[in-house]
Amino acid sequence: MRLFTGRNGRYSASFEPAEASLLSDLVGQVRTLLAQRRESAPVDPLAELTGLTVGPSTAPEDPAVARLLPDFHRDDPDLSAGMRMLREPEVLAAKDDAAAVLISTLPLSGGPVHLDEATARSWLVAINDVRLVFSVRLAITGDDDPLDAATADRNGPEYAMHLTYRWLSTVLESLTDALLEAHDDDR
Amino acid sequence: MTARTATAPATTLPSMTAPSATAPAMTLPAAGGETDTRPASSGDSPWVVIVWNDPVNLMSYVTYVFQTLLGHPRSTAHKLMLDVHEKGRATVAGGARESMEIVVTQLHAAGLWATIAQDR
Repeated sequence: MRLFTGRNGRYSASFEPAEASLLSDLVGQVRTLLAQRRESAPVDPLAELTGLTVGPSTAPEDPAVARLLPDFHRDDPDLSAGMRMLREPEVLAAKDDAAAVLISTLPLSGGPVHLDEATARSWLVAINDVRLVFSVRLAITGDDDPLDAATADRNGPEYAMHLTYRWLSTVLESLTDALLEAHDDDR
Repeated sequence: MTARTATAPATTLPSMTAPSATAPAMTLPAAGGETDTRPASSGDSPWVVIVWNDPVNLMSYVTYVFQTLLGHPRSTAHKLMLDVHEKGRATVAGGARESMEIVVTQLHAAGLWATIAQDR
């Protein structure tokens, strides 16, 4: 692939077919996790009446989904639960929107992508959410090279996941650097 | 700008031929760093938003989010990111509860680990 570079407010990269379909698949899996969480929301008659969406009051049981939708307060469970009911649907919708934007702007057969800044921001969020899920599944807890832990079995699925995680980090960093460069005059 | 060029993957999955350099992540253990960088806020603003260190979010990404989402200048965004990285946490915003709830919600949407707290 060719990593992201920015020029005149446009952010461009190029993906091989296998890369495009992998990225699309991973982002689609995050959407599935989000959809499952959305379906677990309580049925609230008042909410149905008012059209207000209310989320669950408790954190997701799947730790990967819990990382995508963290608590709002560190040590006040009541406040955290109240805010979660009120605010989680927004977080969930924002993440799903970002994922949908990435999928709709990534050519499935591979090739160049050209993003404006708003679309690029959606890509950042969508790619980062995949990394967040991977980090929980791979139990990444420190700044050791995550590959070190997996070198034991280079043919194992976990090793492949570590490599994918690293690849996503590289893609994300290239896009972030390009966006930061565009905002450099703000310093 | 240093744009790293990935070596073209051959026949295997792209992830199998990723570049060797791992991007730096926010990974230092949360020490007892309690010195927060507190952006100016009005006196009657008892609520704050704290961002916590985590091993996943890239330093550059966190800086970008602080700059674009919170509206901090680059220098402040960079310093707050370093505080999160080195001290384990940083207070990134302060104000009325309602506005701080919105900030936390936006930071969660961006994938950062943020919480609201009453500034006592």
